[in-house]
Amino acid sequence: MKKLIGLGLTYAIVQILIMTNAITGYLQATLVTICINIILAVSLNLITGFTGQFSLGHAGFMSIGAYVCALITMRVPTVYGFILGVLLGALAAALVGCLVGLPTLRLRGDYLAIATLGMSEIIRIIFLNMEITNGAAGLNGIPQFVNWTWLFTFTVGTVLVISNFIKSAHGRACISIREDEIAAEAMGINTIKYKVVSFTIGAFCAGIAGALYASYFYFLKPDLFGFLKSVDVLVIVVLGGLGSISGSILAAILLALISSYLQSFPEIRMILYSLTLIAIMIFRPQGLMGSKEISLSVFSKWASGLKSKRGRV
Amino acid sequence: MSILKVNKITKSFGGLTAVSKASLELEKGELLGLIGPNGAGKTTLFNLLTGIYVPDSGAINLFREGEEVALHGLRPHNICKAGLARTFQNIRLFKDLTVLENVRIAMNKNIKYGFIPSFFHLPSYRWEEKQSIDDSIELLKIFNLDDKKDELAKNLPYGEQRHLEIARALATNPKLLLLDEPAAGMNPAETENLTKIIGEIREEFDLTILLIEHDMSLVMKICERIYVLDHGMVIANGTPEEIRSNKRVIEAYLGEDINDA
Ligand SMILES: Nc1ncnc2c1ncn2[C@@H]1O[C@H](COP(=O)(O)OP(=O)(O)OP(=O)(O)O)[C@@H](O)[C@H]1O
Ligand SMILES: [Mg+2]
Repeated sequence: MKKLIGLGLTYAIVQILIMTNAITGYLQATLVTICINIILAVSLNLITGFTGQFSLGHAGFMSIGAYVCALITMRVPTVYGFILGVLLGALAAALVGCLVGLPTLRLRGDYLAIATLGMSEIIRIIFLNMEITNGAAGLNGIPQFVNWTWLFTFTVGTVLVISNFIKSAHGRACISIREDEIAAEAMGINTIKYKVVSFTIGAFCAGIAGALYASYFYFLKPDLFGFLKSVDVLVIVVLGGLGSISGSILAAILLALISSYLQSFPEIRMILYSLTLIAIMIFRPQGLMGSKEISLSVFSKWASGLKSKRGRV
Repeated sequence: MSILKVNKITKSFGGLTAVSKASLELEKGELLGLIGPNGAGKTTLFNLLTGIYVPDSGAINLFREGEEVALHGLRPHNICKAGLARTFQNIRLFKDLTVLENVRIAMNKNIKYGFIPSFFHLPSYRWEEKQSIDDSIELLKIFNLDDKKDELAKNLPYGEQRHLEIARALATNPKLLLLDEPAAGMNPAETENLTKIIGEIREEFDLTILLIEHDMSLVMKICERIYVLDHGMVIANGTPEEIRSNKRVIEAYLGEDINDA
C-alpha cells in the first residue's frame, strides 16, 4: 500500500513539474535516459546479478527493440502502432535472446561474455547492412510517442515484473544457479532451461528499453548500440550491486545525474566520470547496495535502531 | 526387491581409471555402506550415479513402482526427479541464501505455477508459495533448524551445515538418498546425533540409503550391508562381519586397521 502511494506521488509530482515547464528539454532527456537505463540495468541484473551469467550483449537486444518499434511506428504512426511496436520489439528481442541463449549458455564466465559480445556485434552489423534500417545513416524522423506516462508505466511495469519473478520459485531457481550450479542441478533444477529463461526475460525488457529510446529520441543508427553501450549498462549493474534491484535503480539515477552535471566540464567530463566510478568501487567494492534491497521496513528498523540507541545512552 | 542396479560402470580421467567396471545392487529400504581407502573412487561413483559425470561405459538402472528407468546419460536434474538425491563431501550449500531458501529451492519440483503467475503474483503463486514455506519448515524441524530458518547457510556451524545438506536433499522427495561422508569433521556426540537422525528419516520417508563413510564404527553399526571399493573396483560386499574378516579388504586397508573401530 505504501509502495502504491509512493509510486503515485512520484508520478504526479513529475507530471506536474513537466506541465508547469519546470522540467524542460535537457532535464526531460535526462529523465528519459534514467528510466531507460533503469529498465536496462534491472533486466541485465536478472541475467548477471541473479542468475550469475556474465553477459555483454544487452545493447544488441536493445537495438532489436528499437529498430522493430521504429519501423512499425513509421508505418503506423498512431499510439496503437507505438504499443504494437513496443510489444513486437520486445518479443523480437526475446526471441533472439532465446535462440542465442540455447547454444551459448552452455558456456561459462569469460567465454559466455565473449559469445554474447559477439552476438551483439553481429546484430549491429546486420542493422548496418540492411536496407530497411537504412544502414549506417540510420533511421530519422521516428514518430515520437513516449511521454512521461508511458515511460513511467513501462519502467515501473518491468521493475515490478522482474522483482516479482525473482521472489518466485522460478526466480529462486535462477539464483541457485548463481550460488552453485552443480548443487542446483543435483537438487532438480534444470539449469540450462532457467539460464535461457532469464536471458529471454532480460532480452524482452531490453527490447522495451530500446523501443522507448527509439520513440523518444526519434533517431537511430547502429553505432548507438555498440560494445560501449553494453558496458555502460554493466557499469550501472555492478555499481548498484549485483543482485540488488534497488541498487540498479539507484545507480541508474546517480550516474545519469553525475553525467549530466559533468556536462558543464566538457573537456574533462569522461575523466571525472571514470574517477567517480573508480572511487565508488574502491569504497564500495560490492556496489552501492551489495545484494541488499531498500525497503520501507529497512527504514523503520533503522529508525527504531536509532531510537533504541539513544534510549540506552 | 532391487531399487538400483549398477552394471559394470567405468569412468576414466585421462590415464586414471577412477571407477572400473563397478557393479552394485541396492535392495529397497536397506542402508548400504560404501567404504574404501582415500582415492578409491567412492565420490566418483556418486557423481556417476547422480549424472554429474557420464560413465564411459556400463549401465545404471533405477526401479520404481515396477518400472525400470535408465539413469546413465540423463542430466542430473532429471536423475533427481527420478528419485535420487545426494549430499556432497565438500558441502555445497547455497551459501549466501538462507536456510529456508536452501530447502525451498530443492522443493521446486512440487511447484506447478508457470511464469505468468510468477510475474504478477497471481493466486496460484500465493497459495503454492505458502505451501512450500510450510513444508520446508516441517522438514527443518526434523533437524532442529526451524529456529534458524532465516540465517544464511554460510553462518551455520559446520555440523548444522551437514544437517542442512541432508534436509535439502530430502526436500527433493527422494526414494534413494546418497550421503557422502555425512559425519566427516563431527565430534562423537554430533556423530551420535547424526546416526539417530539417519535412522529417523529412513523410517519416516521410507528411504533407501547409500552411505560413504570413513568412520568405521558408524558404518559397522548402522549399515546392513557394505560394499568395498579399491582402485575403482568393487573388491568385496557383504555384512559388516563378513567385511571385517575379508582378506582383500584387510589388504586394501593395509596400514589402517579396519578392526580398529
Ligand atoms: N574430475 C576429476 N578429474 C581428474 N581426476 C579425478 C576427478 N575426480 C576424481 N578424480 C580422481 O579419481 C580418483 C578417485 O577419487 P574420488 O574422489 O572418487 O575418491 P574417494 O574414494 O571419494 O576418496 P576420499 O575418501 O578421499 O573422498 C582420485 O585419484 C581422484 O584424484
Ligand atoms: Mg570422496
